[in-house]
Amino acid sequence: MKLAIVVNEGPYTHQASDTALHFTRAALEAGHEIERVFFYHDGVNNATRLTVPPQDDRNLQKEWTELGTTHGLDMVVCIAAAQRRGILDANEAKRQGKDADNIAEGFRISGLGQLIDAGIQADRLVTFGD
Amino acid sequence: MSTLHTVNKSPFDRPSLTSCLNHLMPGDAVLLIEDGVIAARKGSAFSSPLEAAMKDCSVYVLSPDSSARGIGDGDMVSGIETVDYGGFVDLVVKHDRTQSWL
Amino acid sequence: MSEDAKKFLYVNRKAPYGTIYALESLEVVLIGAAFEQEVTLAFLDDGVYQLAKGQETAGVGMKNFSPTYRALGDYDVNKFYVERESLEERGLTEDDLQEITYEDEDDDWAEKPSIRVVNRDEMKKIMSEQDVILSF
Repeated sequence: MKLAIVVNEGPYTHQASDTALHFTRAALEAGHEIERVFFYHDGVNNATRLTVPPQDDRNLQKEWTELGTTHGLDMVVCIAAAQRRGILDANEAKRQGKDADNIAEGFRISGLGQLIDAGIQADRLVTFGD
Repeated sequence: MSTLHTVNKSPFDRPSLTSCLNHLMPGDAVLLIEDGVIAARKGSAFSSPLEAAMKDCSVYVLSPDSSARGIGDGDMVSGIETVDYGGFVDLVVKHDRTQSWL
Repeated sequence: MSEDAKKFLYVNRKAPYGTIYALESLEVVLIGAAFEQEVTLAFLDDGVYQLAKGQETAGVGMKNFSPTYRALGDYDVNKFYVERESLEERGLTEDDLQEITYEDEDDDWAEKPSIRVVNRDEMKKIMSEQDVILSF
């Protein structure tokens, strides 16, 4: 079955990103297809490569990147939500005149249409949030 | 046709569980995750509403979340079933849609 | 609307301004309107406050986005279900909500109300008829 995952909160403050990560792994292990993982609201903060959690803690961005690149997941960060919160890729940084970008490997920035499209294409959509 | 409802907040923090239980259709399932598992503790103020819901719906708890909060399987309202993340995925697949009560 | 359109339900349960969910939900509705799916909006719990009339936001320094709901009719988004019990619990009635209308193309463009106040049993039935539920 094709599943779409929506992550609406950033790492660490809320458990949403952890739960979504465990769920996505379990879905892949069960042989399901992940249509897309869409990061919205503060969920876009999962995509910054600049986090440095303590060594004895989990690194959620790295775990998403590893899961995404290993399985070829389409991990989309909402552009409007990302711009509000300072998550930029190289193109956006240039376009907005910012001196740096911070998006991590495995994520891409795109529009909200990708969320609707995921709902249309997938057999199920599951939201993780606050 | 049935719905899987997920509740991730303690019922002592927000009305999400109460609101969810108020909108169940017979045959639906409720999965308590994250702080939502706090409702599952037997003897709590939410035991009765959960027992009432279980007359025509199923109630599940995500066991990694209950374990993390020191709630053992024997501590829960009778009739609640536990699932792991794989079981969570199975519930999503089994029901026609998932509604998250955020 | 295409024949294989899916039924999308946007569930709004949070008041505006205290958190960003109401505003960013509205942004999804606006983008989603272009996809020609069957769109329904549900307002329950504190979400009923999103439609409250008389929102004055100058004092909190935020943009008042409540007029945007009135524009949704132009995008064929005209099913706003508001839960009666949620209104009553909060001391509100339908008169406390802003007037939102759309022009019905199947009825000689007659102006009709987009807001329909429904009771809890009707709301749960509406929820149970959807293909995709987006919760905010």
